[in-house]
Amino acid sequence: MSRPILELRDVEKRFPGRAQPVLSGVDLAVREGELVAVVGCSGAGKTTLVSLAAGLLAPERGEILFDGHPVCGPGPERAVVFQSYSLLPWMSALQNVMLAVRASAPELGRSAARERAREVLELVKLGAAVDRRPGELSGGMRQRVALARGLAMRPRLLLLDEPLSALDALTRAALQDELARIRSATHTTTILVTNDIDEAILLADVVHPLTRGPAARLLPAIPIEIPRPRARTRMSLAPGYQRARRAIVAALGARSARARHDAEPRAGSDAARAAVAESAR
Amino acid sequence: MQAEITAESAARAGARVARRSADTGAAFARLKPIVLPLAGTGSLIALWALLSATVSSDLPSPLQAWSESKRYVLEPFFKEGEMNQGIGRLAFYSLVRVAKGYLLAIAIGTPLGFVLGLSRTFAQAFDPLVQILRPISPLAWLPLGLILFRSSEPAALFTIAICAMWPTVINTALGVRSIQQEYLNVGRVLRLSTPVMLRKIVVPATLPYLFAGWRLSLGIAWLVIVAAEMLTGAPGVGGFLWQEYNSLVYSHIILAIVTIGLVGFALDRLMGRVEARFARA
Repeated sequence: MSRPILELRDVEKRFPGRAQPVLSGVDLAVREGELVAVVGCSGAGKTTLVSLAAGLLAPERGEILFDGHPVCGPGPERAVVFQSYSLLPWMSALQNVMLAVRASAPELGRSAARERAREVLELVKLGAAVDRRPGELSGGMRQRVALARGLAMRPRLLLLDEPLSALDALTRAALQDELARIRSATHTTTILVTNDIDEAILLADVVHPLTRGPAARLLPAIPIEIPRPRARTRMSLAPGYQRARRAIVAALGARSARARHDAEPRAGSDAARAAVAESAR
Repeated sequence: MQAEITAESAARAGARVARRSADTGAAFARLKPIVLPLAGTGSLIALWALLSATVSSDLPSPLQAWSESKRYVLEPFFKEGEMNQGIGRLAFYSLVRVAKGYLLAIAIGTPLGFVLGLSRTFAQAFDPLVQILRPISPLAWLPLGLILFRSSEPAALFTIAICAMWPTVINTALGVRSIQQEYLNVGRVLRLSTPVMLRKIVVPATLPYLFAGWRLSLGIAWLVIVAAEMLTGAPGVGGFLWQEYNSLVYSHIILAIVTIGLVGFALDRLMGRVEARFARA
Protein backbone atom coordinates (compact mmCIF):
# COMPACT_ATOMS: atom_id res chain seq x y z
CA MET A 1 0.00 0.00 0.00
CA SER A 2 1.30 3.45 -0.91
CA ARG A 3 2.09 6.05 1.74
CA PRO A 4 -0.58 8.55 2.77
CA ILE A 5 -0.68 11.79 0.80
CA LEU A 6 -2.67 13.49 3.55
CA GLU A 7 -2.46 12.63 7.21
CA LEU A 8 -4.29 14.06 10.19
CA ARG A 9 -2.87 13.00 13.54
CA ASP A 10 -4.84 13.59 16.72
CA VAL A 11 -6.17 16.89 15.42
CA GLU A 12 -8.22 19.16 17.64
CA LYS A 13 -10.00 22.35 16.55
CA ARG A 14 -11.61 24.85 18.89
CA PHE A 15 -13.46 28.02 18.12
CA PRO A 16 -13.20 31.02 20.39
CA GLY A 17 -16.02 31.37 22.88
CA ARG A 18 -16.90 27.70 22.86
CA ALA A 19 -16.22 25.45 25.81
CA GLN A 20 -15.83 22.24 23.84
CA PRO A 21 -13.77 21.66 20.73
CA VAL A 22 -15.57 21.09 17.43
CA LEU A 23 -13.24 18.28 16.44
CA SER A 24 -11.12 16.32 18.81
CA GLY A 25 -8.70 13.45 18.35
CA VAL A 26 -9.26 13.23 14.62
CA ASP A 27 -7.04 10.76 12.78
CA LEU A 28 -7.21 10.31 9.04
CA ALA A 29 -4.93 8.93 6.37
CA VAL A 30 -5.69 9.34 2.68
CA ARG A 31 -3.63 7.37 0.20
CA GLU A 32 -2.71 8.38 -3.33
CA GLY A 33 -5.54 7.66 -5.76
CA GLU A 34 -8.09 6.93 -3.04
CA LEU A 35 -11.55 8.41 -2.67
CA VAL A 36 -12.28 8.78 1.02
CA ALA A 37 -15.75 9.81 2.10
CA VAL A 38 -16.51 11.40 5.45
CA VAL A 39 -20.14 11.03 6.46
CA GLY A 40 -21.63 13.06 9.26
CA CYS A 41 -24.70 15.01 10.31
CA SER A 42 -25.18 18.72 9.81
CA GLY A 43 -23.12 20.70 12.25
CA ALA A 44 -20.84 17.83 13.13
CA GLY A 45 -17.78 19.71 11.91
CA LYS A 46 -17.51 18.51 8.33
CA THR A 47 -16.76 21.95 6.89
CA THR A 48 -14.21 22.47 9.66
CA LEU A 49 -12.53 19.22 8.68
CA VAL A 50 -12.29 20.29 5.04
CA SER A 51 -11.01 23.75 6.01
CA LEU A 52 -8.30 22.12 8.12
CA ALA A 53 -7.21 19.80 5.31
CA ALA A 54 -7.23 22.73 2.88
CA GLY A 55 -5.14 24.82 5.26
CA LEU A 56 -7.80 27.51 5.55
CA LEU A 57 -7.85 26.82 9.29
CA ALA A 58 -5.07 25.75 11.61
CA PRO A 59 -5.61 23.14 14.35
CA GLU A 60 -5.01 23.85 18.03
CA ARG A 61 -3.49 20.44 18.58
CA GLY A 62 -2.15 17.60 16.47
CA GLU A 63 -0.61 17.77 13.07
CA ILE A 64 -1.73 17.81 9.47
CA LEU A 65 0.77 16.46 6.97
CA PHE A 66 0.49 16.79 3.24
CA ASP A 67 2.97 14.69 1.32
CA GLY A 68 4.94 14.32 4.53
CA HIS A 69 5.19 18.07 5.23
CA PRO A 70 3.12 20.05 7.73
CA VAL A 71 0.32 22.05 6.12
CA CYS A 72 0.71 25.75 6.81
CA GLY A 73 -1.81 27.44 4.58
CA PRO A 74 -3.96 26.78 1.55
CA GLY A 75 -2.55 26.05 -1.89
CA PRO A 76 -3.64 24.97 -5.35
CA GLU A 77 -2.27 21.44 -4.91
CA ARG A 78 -5.19 20.95 -2.51
CA ALA A 79 -8.20 22.16 -4.48
CA VAL A 80 -11.45 22.80 -2.62
CA VAL A 81 -14.92 22.58 -4.12
CA PHE A 82 -16.92 24.65 -1.66
CA GLN A 83 -20.41 23.82 -0.47
CA SER A 84 -21.73 27.13 -1.79
CA TYR A 85 -19.87 26.87 -5.14
CA SER A 86 -18.06 30.19 -4.50
CA LEU A 87 -17.95 31.07 -8.16
CA LEU A 88 -17.02 34.67 -8.87
CA PRO A 89 -20.25 36.17 -10.23
CA TRP A 90 -18.54 38.83 -12.35
CA MET A 91 -16.73 36.21 -14.44
CA SER A 92 -18.01 33.73 -17.01
CA ALA A 93 -17.74 30.00 -16.34
CA LEU A 94 -14.66 29.88 -18.55
CA GLN A 95 -13.04 32.85 -16.81
CA ASN A 96 -13.69 31.28 -13.41
CA VAL A 97 -11.93 28.10 -14.49
CA MET A 98 -9.20 30.04 -16.32
CA LEU A 99 -8.37 31.95 -13.14
CA ALA A 100 -7.72 28.64 -11.40
CA VAL A 101 -5.65 27.29 -14.31
CA ARG A 102 -3.51 30.43 -14.54
CA ALA A 103 -2.93 30.47 -10.79
CA SER A 104 -2.06 26.79 -10.48
CA ALA A 105 -0.04 26.50 -13.70
CA PRO A 106 1.59 29.89 -14.31
CA GLU A 107 3.93 28.31 -16.87
CA LEU A 108 1.02 27.81 -19.26
CA GLY A 109 0.41 30.58 -21.76
CA ARG A 110 -2.96 32.25 -22.06
CA SER A 111 -4.11 30.12 -24.96
CA ALA A 112 -2.90 26.86 -23.44
CA ALA A 113 -4.68 27.78 -20.20
CA ARG A 114 -7.85 28.54 -22.13
CA GLU A 115 -7.49 25.19 -23.86
CA ARG A 116 -7.22 23.33 -20.56
CA ALA A 117 -10.13 25.23 -19.07
CA ARG A 118 -12.28 24.33 -22.06
CA GLU A 119 -11.26 20.68 -21.83
CA VAL A 120 -12.27 20.45 -18.18
CA LEU A 121 -15.56 22.22 -18.85
CA GLU A 122 -16.18 19.65 -21.60
CA LEU A 123 -15.42 16.90 -19.09
CA VAL A 124 -18.17 18.19 -16.78
CA LYS A 125 -20.44 18.55 -19.84
CA LEU A 126 -20.61 22.33 -19.80
CA GLY A 127 -18.93 22.91 -23.16
CA ALA A 128 -21.96 24.81 -24.43
CA ALA A 129 -22.25 27.21 -21.51
CA VAL A 130 -18.66 28.39 -21.07
CA ASP A 131 -19.44 32.06 -21.69
CA ARG A 132 -22.31 32.30 -19.25
CA ARG A 133 -21.96 33.90 -15.87
CA PRO A 134 -22.87 32.00 -12.68
CA GLY A 135 -26.06 34.04 -12.37
CA GLU A 136 -27.23 32.64 -15.70
CA LEU A 137 -26.59 29.02 -14.73
CA SER A 138 -28.76 26.57 -12.77
CA GLY A 139 -27.59 25.20 -9.43
CA GLY A 140 -26.44 21.95 -11.00
CA MET A 141 -24.52 23.77 -13.70
CA ARG A 142 -22.85 26.04 -11.13
CA GLN A 143 -21.76 22.98 -9.21
CA ARG A 144 -20.28 21.58 -12.42
CA VAL A 145 -18.32 24.78 -12.95
CA ALA A 146 -17.07 24.64 -9.36
CA LEU A 147 -16.01 21.04 -9.90
CA ALA A 148 -14.35 21.96 -13.18
CA ARG A 149 -12.46 24.73 -11.42
CA GLY A 150 -11.19 22.23 -8.85
CA LEU A 151 -10.19 19.67 -11.48
CA ALA A 152 -8.56 22.27 -13.73
CA MET A 153 -6.00 22.95 -11.04
CA ARG A 154 -4.84 19.32 -11.48
CA PRO A 155 -4.62 19.08 -7.70
CA ARG A 156 -2.89 16.27 -5.90
CA LEU A 157 -5.84 16.25 -3.52
CA LEU A 158 -9.41 17.30 -4.28
CA LEU A 159 -11.53 18.33 -1.31
CA LEU A 160 -15.26 18.20 -1.91
CA ASP A 161 -17.25 19.92 0.86
CA GLU A 162 -20.81 18.64 0.56
CA PRO A 163 -20.65 19.47 -3.12
CA LEU A 164 -24.16 18.32 -3.95
CA SER A 165 -26.09 19.21 -0.82
CA ALA A 166 -27.63 22.38 -2.27
CA LEU A 167 -29.16 20.56 -5.23
CA ASP A 168 -32.55 18.96 -5.74
CA ALA A 169 -32.74 15.15 -5.57
CA LEU A 170 -32.80 14.50 -9.32
CA THR A 171 -29.93 16.85 -10.14
CA ARG A 172 -28.08 15.41 -7.22
CA ALA A 173 -28.41 11.84 -8.49
CA ALA A 174 -27.33 12.88 -11.97
CA LEU A 175 -24.27 14.68 -10.62
CA GLN A 176 -23.34 11.73 -8.41
CA ASP A 177 -23.15 9.59 -11.54
CA GLU A 178 -21.11 12.34 -13.19
CA LEU A 179 -18.74 12.42 -10.25
CA ALA A 180 -18.25 8.65 -10.53
CA ARG A 181 -17.55 8.96 -14.26
CA ILE A 182 -15.16 11.92 -13.88
CA ARG A 183 -13.44 10.18 -11.03
CA SER A 184 -12.80 7.07 -13.14
CA ALA A 185 -11.41 9.35 -15.85
CA THR A 186 -9.06 11.38 -13.64
CA HIS A 187 -8.20 9.21 -10.60
CA THR A 188 -7.60 12.33 -8.53
CA THR A 189 -7.15 11.59 -4.84
CA THR A 190 -10.32 12.91 -3.25
CA ILE A 191 -11.91 13.56 0.11
CA LEU A 192 -15.68 13.74 -0.18
CA VAL A 193 -17.52 15.17 2.79
CA THR A 194 -21.24 14.48 2.73
CA ASN A 195 -24.34 13.86 4.82
CA ASP A 196 -25.69 11.33 2.31
CA ILE A 197 -24.75 7.74 3.16
CA ASP A 198 -25.73 6.38 -0.26
CA GLU A 199 -23.69 9.05 -2.00
CA ALA A 200 -20.68 8.00 0.04
CA ILE A 201 -21.19 4.31 -0.72
CA LEU A 202 -21.71 4.99 -4.42
CA LEU A 203 -18.50 6.97 -4.80
CA ALA A 204 -16.02 6.07 -2.10
CA ASP A 205 -13.34 3.46 -1.60
CA VAL A 206 -13.61 3.85 2.16
CA VAL A 207 -16.05 5.72 4.38
CA HIS A 208 -15.22 7.35 7.72
CA PRO A 209 -18.25 8.16 9.85
CA LEU A 210 -17.88 11.46 11.74
CA THR A 211 -19.50 11.39 15.16
CA ARG A 212 -21.89 14.09 16.25
CA GLY A 213 -20.32 17.16 17.79
CA PRO A 214 -19.15 18.68 19.99
CA ALA A 215 -15.71 17.10 20.09
CA ALA A 216 -16.57 15.07 17.01
CA ARG A 217 -14.06 12.51 15.88
CA LEU A 218 -13.65 10.20 12.92
CA LEU A 219 -14.48 6.54 13.37
CA PRO A 220 -12.37 3.83 11.73
CA ALA A 221 -12.69 3.39 7.99
CA ILE A 222 -15.41 1.18 6.60
CA PRO A 223 -14.23 -0.22 3.25
CA ILE A 224 -16.75 -0.28 0.42
CA GLU A 225 -16.32 -3.56 -1.40
CA ILE A 226 -18.61 -3.09 -4.34
CA PRO A 227 -17.05 -3.52 -7.77
CA ARG A 228 -17.05 -0.54 -10.14
CA PRO A 229 -18.78 0.72 -12.12
CA ARG A 230 -21.43 0.92 -9.43
CA ALA A 231 -24.87 1.30 -10.94
CA ARG A 232 -27.15 3.27 -8.66
CA THR A 233 -30.12 1.06 -9.55
CA ARG A 234 -28.49 -2.29 -8.78
CA MET A 235 -26.07 -1.20 -6.10
CA SER A 236 -28.43 -2.05 -3.26
CA LEU A 237 -28.39 -5.69 -4.37
CA ALA A 238 -24.63 -5.98 -4.04
CA PRO A 239 -23.68 -7.92 -0.90
CA GLY A 240 -21.19 -5.24 0.11
CA TYR A 241 -23.85 -2.53 0.08
CA GLN A 242 -26.03 -3.67 2.96
CA ARG A 243 -23.00 -4.53 5.02
CA ALA A 244 -21.42 -1.09 4.53
CA ARG A 245 -24.67 0.76 5.06
CA ARG A 246 -25.46 -1.08 8.26
CA ALA A 247 -21.98 -0.40 9.58
CA ILE A 248 -22.19 3.34 8.82
CA VAL A 249 -25.69 3.77 10.25
CA ALA A 250 -24.73 1.84 13.34
CA ALA A 251 -21.60 3.92 13.85
CA LEU A 252 -23.43 7.23 13.42
CA GLY A 253 -26.48 6.18 15.39
CA ALA A 254 -24.67 4.72 18.37
CA ARG A 255 -22.62 7.84 18.81
CA SER A 256 -25.42 10.29 18.19
CA ALA A 257 -27.67 8.70 20.83
CA ARG A 258 -24.98 9.25 23.43
CA ALA A 259 -23.99 12.72 22.37
CA ARG A 260 -27.41 14.09 21.55
CA HIS A 261 -28.28 15.68 24.86
CA ASP A 262 -25.27 18.01 24.81
CA ALA A 263 -25.00 18.54 21.08
CA GLU A 264 -25.09 22.00 19.54
CA PRO A 265 -26.86 21.26 16.28
CA ARG A 266 -25.94 23.18 13.15
CA ALA A 267 -23.90 25.80 14.94
CA GLY A 268 -20.64 24.13 13.97
CA SER A 269 -20.52 24.97 10.28
CA ASP A 270 -21.41 28.59 10.91
CA ALA A 271 -18.63 28.82 13.45
CA ALA A 272 -16.25 27.20 10.98
CA ARG A 273 -17.04 29.78 8.38
CA ALA A 274 -16.65 32.61 10.88
CA ALA A 275 -13.32 31.21 12.02
CA VAL A 276 -12.07 30.93 8.45
CA ALA A 277 -13.05 34.57 7.99
CA GLU A 278 -11.20 35.46 11.16
CA SER A 279 -8.02 33.66 10.18
CA ALA A 280 -8.03 35.31 6.76
CA ARG A 281 -7.83 38.85 8.10
CA MET B 1 -94.67 54.21 -21.63
CA GLN B 2 -93.29 57.66 -21.37
CA ALA B 3 -91.90 56.90 -17.95
CA GLU B 4 -90.37 53.69 -19.23
CA ILE B 5 -88.51 55.50 -22.00
CA THR B 6 -87.30 58.10 -19.57
CA ALA B 7 -86.07 55.47 -17.19
CA GLU B 8 -84.31 53.63 -19.98
CA SER B 9 -82.62 56.73 -21.37
CA ALA B 10 -81.70 57.79 -17.88
CA ALA B 11 -80.08 54.44 -17.32
CA ARG B 12 -78.26 54.73 -20.60
CA ALA B 13 -77.10 58.23 -19.74
CA GLY B 14 -75.98 56.95 -16.39
CA ALA B 15 -73.92 54.26 -18.06
CA ARG B 16 -72.43 56.87 -20.34
CA VAL B 17 -71.48 59.04 -17.42
CA ALA B 18 -69.98 56.06 -15.68
CA ARG B 19 -68.01 55.15 -18.76
CA ARG B 20 -66.87 58.72 -19.21
CA SER B 21 -65.72 58.96 -15.60
CA ALA B 22 -63.88 55.64 -16.06
CA ASP B 23 -62.21 57.14 -19.13
CA THR B 24 -61.26 60.29 -17.30
CA GLY B 25 -60.01 58.13 -14.43
CA ALA B 26 -57.69 56.24 -16.78
CA ALA B 27 -56.56 59.48 -18.41
CA PHE B 28 -55.85 60.97 -15.03
CA ALA B 29 -53.83 57.93 -14.01
CA ARG B 30 -51.76 58.40 -17.14
CA LEU B 31 -51.26 62.11 -16.52
CA LYS B 32 -50.52 61.67 -12.81
CA PRO B 33 -46.73 61.63 -13.18
CA ILE B 34 -46.95 65.01 -14.92
CA VAL B 35 -49.84 66.63 -13.10
CA LEU B 36 -48.81 65.88 -9.54
CA PRO B 37 -45.26 67.28 -9.72
CA LEU B 38 -46.68 70.38 -11.42
CA ALA B 39 -49.23 70.73 -8.66
CA GLY B 40 -46.50 70.39 -6.05
CA THR B 41 -44.30 72.98 -7.73
CA GLY B 42 -47.29 75.24 -8.25
CA SER B 43 -48.17 75.17 -4.59
CA LEU B 44 -44.61 76.09 -3.64
CA ILE B 45 -44.68 79.02 -6.04
CA ALA B 46 -48.02 80.07 -4.60
CA LEU B 47 -46.56 79.98 -1.10
CA TRP B 48 -43.63 82.05 -2.33
CA ALA B 49 -45.99 84.61 -3.92
CA LEU B 50 -47.98 84.75 -0.71
CA LEU B 51 -44.87 85.30 1.39
CA SER B 52 -43.53 88.04 -0.83
CA ALA B 53 -46.93 89.75 -0.84
CA THR B 54 -47.42 89.58 2.91
CA VAL B 55 -44.62 89.13 5.42
CA SER B 56 -41.41 89.53 3.42
CA SER B 57 -41.48 92.63 1.28
CA ASP B 58 -37.82 92.21 0.25
CA LEU B 59 -38.52 88.85 -1.32
CA PRO B 60 -39.30 89.40 -5.01
CA SER B 61 -42.53 87.92 -6.26
CA PRO B 62 -42.30 84.99 -8.70
CA LEU B 63 -43.15 87.22 -11.63
CA GLN B 64 -40.62 89.86 -10.65
CA ALA B 65 -37.95 87.20 -10.15
CA TRP B 66 -38.65 85.84 -13.59
CA SER B 67 -38.63 89.18 -15.38
CA GLU B 68 -35.37 90.19 -13.72
CA SER B 69 -33.73 86.82 -14.45
CA LYS B 70 -35.15 86.26 -17.92
CA ARG B 71 -32.06 87.43 -19.77
CA TYR B 72 -29.76 85.12 -17.80
CA VAL B 73 -31.89 82.14 -18.68
CA LEU B 74 -32.81 82.97 -22.27
CA GLU B 75 -29.26 84.00 -23.21
CA PRO B 76 -27.43 81.58 -20.95
CA PHE B 77 -23.99 82.25 -22.42
CA PHE B 78 -23.74 86.06 -22.60
CA LYS B 79 -20.81 87.69 -20.86
CA GLU B 80 -20.59 91.30 -19.67
CA GLY B 81 -17.94 91.13 -17.00
CA GLU B 82 -16.62 88.83 -14.32
CA MET B 83 -19.91 88.21 -12.54
CA ASN B 84 -22.46 89.46 -15.02
CA GLN B 85 -22.78 86.39 -17.21
CA GLY B 86 -25.52 84.08 -18.45
CA ILE B 87 -26.49 81.36 -16.02
CA GLY B 88 -25.26 78.62 -18.37
CA ARG B 89 -21.79 80.14 -18.36
CA LEU B 90 -21.77 80.50 -14.57
CA ALA B 91 -22.99 76.93 -14.10
CA PHE B 92 -20.25 75.77 -16.46
CA TYR B 93 -17.54 77.46 -14.37
CA SER B 94 -18.94 75.84 -11.27
CA LEU B 95 -19.14 72.46 -12.95
CA VAL B 96 -15.51 72.64 -14.05
CA ARG B 97 -14.48 73.54 -10.51
CA VAL B 98 -16.59 70.73 -9.05
CA ALA B 99 -15.20 68.28 -11.58
CA LYS B 100 -11.63 69.08 -10.54
CA GLY B 101 -12.40 68.90 -6.83
CA TYR B 102 -14.46 65.75 -7.28
CA LEU B 103 -11.79 63.95 -9.27
CA LEU B 104 -9.32 64.87 -6.57
CA ALA B 105 -11.75 63.54 -3.95
CA ILE B 106 -12.23 60.14 -5.58
CA ALA B 107 -8.58 59.89 -6.56
CA ILE B 108 -7.67 60.16 -2.88
CA GLY B 109 -10.78 58.63 -1.36
CA THR B 110 -10.93 55.41 -3.36
CA PRO B 111 -7.46 54.06 -2.55
CA LEU B 112 -7.86 55.30 1.02
CA GLY B 113 -11.10 53.34 1.28
CA PHE B 114 -9.45 50.20 -0.06
CA VAL B 115 -6.60 50.45 2.43
CA LEU B 116 -9.02 51.07 5.30
CA GLY B 117 -11.08 48.08 4.22
CA LEU B 118 -8.15 45.73 3.70
CA SER B 119 -5.94 46.52 6.67
CA ARG B 120 -7.28 46.16 10.16
CA THR B 121 -4.29 48.00 11.58
CA PHE B 122 -4.81 50.91 9.25
CA ALA B 123 -8.52 50.94 10.01
CA GLN B 124 -7.89 51.06 13.75
CA ALA B 125 -5.46 53.92 13.25
CA PHE B 126 -7.59 56.05 10.97
CA ASP B 127 -11.26 55.10 11.41
CA PRO B 128 -11.79 57.49 14.34
CA LEU B 129 -10.13 60.26 12.36
CA VAL B 130 -12.44 59.65 9.41
CA GLN B 131 -15.46 59.83 11.71
CA ILE B 132 -14.26 63.13 13.14
CA LEU B 133 -13.28 64.77 9.85
CA ARG B 134 -16.42 63.69 8.05
CA PRO B 135 -18.95 66.05 9.67
CA ILE B 136 -16.79 69.17 9.32
CA SER B 137 -18.48 71.87 7.26
CA PRO B 138 -16.87 73.26 4.11
CA LEU B 139 -17.06 76.66 5.76
CA ALA B 140 -14.56 75.41 8.31
CA TRP B 141 -12.19 73.87 5.78
CA LEU B 142 -11.98 76.81 3.42
CA PRO B 143 -9.99 79.17 5.65
CA LEU B 144 -7.55 76.35 6.31
CA GLY B 145 -7.24 75.85 2.56
CA LEU B 146 -6.55 79.56 2.10
CA ILE B 147 -3.82 79.40 4.72
CA LEU B 148 -2.31 76.28 3.16
CA PHE B 149 -2.39 77.36 -0.48
CA ARG B 150 -2.49 81.19 -0.21
CA SER B 151 -4.72 81.30 -3.27
CA SER B 152 -8.46 80.94 -3.60
CA GLU B 153 -8.72 78.46 -6.45
CA PRO B 154 -6.66 75.65 -4.91
CA ALA B 155 -8.31 76.39 -1.58
CA ALA B 156 -11.72 75.87 -3.20
CA LEU B 157 -10.59 72.60 -4.78
CA PHE B 158 -9.10 71.47 -1.46
CA THR B 159 -12.39 72.20 0.28
CA ILE B 160 -14.47 70.35 -2.29
CA ALA B 161 -12.13 67.37 -2.23
CA ILE B 162 -11.87 67.05 1.53
CA CYS B 163 -15.62 67.37 2.04
CA ALA B 164 -16.65 65.14 -0.84
CA MET B 165 -14.28 62.24 -0.33
CA TRP B 166 -15.78 60.74 2.85
CA PRO B 167 -18.70 58.87 1.30
CA THR B 168 -16.25 57.31 -1.15
CA VAL B 169 -13.83 56.40 1.64
CA ILE B 170 -16.50 54.95 3.91
CA ASN B 171 -18.41 53.10 1.19
CA THR B 172 -15.29 51.61 -0.35
CA ALA B 173 -14.04 50.42 3.03
CA LEU B 174 -17.46 48.97 3.83
CA GLY B 175 -17.56 47.29 0.41
CA VAL B 176 -14.17 45.69 0.94
CA ARG B 177 -15.13 44.53 4.42
CA SER B 178 -18.35 42.99 3.16
CA ILE B 179 -16.73 40.88 0.45
CA GLN B 180 -18.02 37.38 0.95
CA GLN B 181 -15.49 35.20 2.68
CA GLU B 182 -16.00 32.47 0.10
CA TYR B 183 -14.61 34.70 -2.65
CA LEU B 184 -11.54 35.43 -0.56
CA ASN B 185 -11.14 31.72 0.19
CA VAL B 186 -11.04 31.02 -3.53
CA GLY B 187 -8.18 33.49 -3.78
CA ARG B 188 -6.41 31.89 -0.84
CA VAL B 189 -6.70 28.35 -2.20
CA LEU B 190 -5.40 29.57 -5.56
CA ARG B 191 -2.68 31.45 -3.69
CA LEU B 192 -3.25 34.52 -5.85
CA SER B 193 -0.70 37.30 -5.63
CA THR B 194 -1.93 40.52 -4.04
CA PRO B 195 -2.26 42.43 -7.35
CA VAL B 196 -4.22 39.57 -8.95
CA MET B 197 -6.35 39.21 -5.83
CA LEU B 198 -7.19 42.93 -5.99
CA ARG B 199 -7.86 42.97 -9.70
CA LYS B 200 -9.85 39.75 -9.98
CA ILE B 201 -11.65 39.55 -6.66
CA VAL B 202 -11.49 42.57 -4.34
CA VAL B 203 -12.19 45.37 -6.83
CA PRO B 204 -14.99 43.65 -8.76
CA ALA B 205 -16.66 42.58 -5.51
CA THR B 206 -16.49 46.15 -4.18
CA LEU B 207 -17.72 47.83 -7.35
CA PRO B 208 -21.38 48.34 -6.34
CA TYR B 209 -20.32 50.01 -3.08
CA LEU B 210 -17.73 52.03 -4.95
CA PHE B 211 -20.28 53.46 -7.34
CA ALA B 212 -22.67 54.27 -4.51
CA GLY B 213 -19.84 56.15 -2.79
CA TRP B 214 -18.89 58.00 -5.93
CA ARG B 215 -22.48 59.08 -6.44
CA LEU B 216 -22.82 60.40 -2.90
CA SER B 217 -19.47 62.16 -3.21
CA LEU B 218 -20.58 63.92 -6.36
CA GLY B 219 -23.68 65.18 -4.56
CA ILE B 220 -21.56 66.59 -1.76
CA ALA B 221 -19.03 68.12 -4.15
CA TRP B 222 -21.86 70.06 -5.74
CA LEU B 223 -23.21 71.03 -2.35
CA VAL B 224 -19.84 72.43 -1.34
CA ILE B 225 -19.30 74.49 -4.51
CA VAL B 226 -21.62 77.26 -3.37
CA ALA B 227 -19.86 77.71 -0.06
CA ALA B 228 -16.44 77.59 -1.70
CA GLU B 229 -17.36 80.16 -4.34
CA MET B 230 -19.14 82.42 -1.87
CA LEU B 231 -16.08 82.69 0.31
CA THR B 232 -13.51 82.92 -2.48
CA GLY B 233 -15.57 85.15 -4.78
CA ALA B 234 -14.74 82.95 -7.75
CA PRO B 235 -17.03 83.26 -10.79
CA GLY B 236 -19.70 80.56 -10.83
CA VAL B 237 -23.23 80.11 -9.54
CA GLY B 238 -22.14 80.36 -5.92
CA GLY B 239 -20.04 83.46 -6.45
CA PHE B 240 -22.85 85.00 -8.48
CA LEU B 241 -25.34 84.28 -5.71
CA TRP B 242 -23.21 86.00 -3.10
CA GLN B 243 -22.42 88.97 -5.29
CA GLU B 244 -26.06 89.54 -6.19
CA TYR B 245 -26.95 89.35 -2.52
CA ASN B 246 -24.42 92.06 -1.82
CA SER B 247 -25.74 94.17 -4.70
CA LEU B 248 -29.31 93.65 -3.44
CA VAL B 249 -30.55 91.90 -6.61
CA TYR B 250 -32.58 89.34 -4.74
CA SER B 251 -34.23 87.88 -7.83
CA HIS B 252 -30.90 86.52 -8.92
CA ILE B 253 -30.47 84.71 -5.63
CA ILE B 254 -33.55 82.71 -6.51
CA LEU B 255 -32.23 82.19 -10.03
CA ALA B 256 -28.98 80.84 -8.61
CA ILE B 257 -30.78 78.59 -6.11
CA VAL B 258 -32.99 77.08 -8.80
CA THR B 259 -29.96 76.54 -11.05
CA ILE B 260 -27.99 74.84 -8.30
CA GLY B 261 -30.90 72.52 -7.60
CA LEU B 262 -31.49 71.61 -11.22
CA VAL B 263 -27.81 70.99 -11.96
CA GLY B 264 -27.45 68.89 -8.83
CA PHE B 265 -30.48 66.85 -9.79
CA ALA B 266 -29.11 66.33 -13.31
CA LEU B 267 -25.72 65.25 -11.94
CA ASP B 268 -27.32 62.70 -9.63
CA ARG B 269 -29.43 61.30 -12.42
CA LEU B 270 -26.40 61.06 -14.69
CA MET B 271 -24.39 59.27 -12.02
CA GLY B 272 -27.34 56.95 -11.42
CA ARG B 273 -27.24 55.99 -15.09
CA VAL B 274 -23.52 55.30 -14.96
CA GLU B 275 -24.01 53.28 -11.81
CA ALA B 276 -26.76 51.16 -13.36
CA ARG B 277 -24.55 50.54 -16.35
CA PHE B 278 -21.34 49.47 -14.61
CA ALA B 279 -22.02 48.48 -11.02
CA ARG B 280 -23.03 44.85 -11.53
CA ALA B 281 -21.55 42.17 -9.37
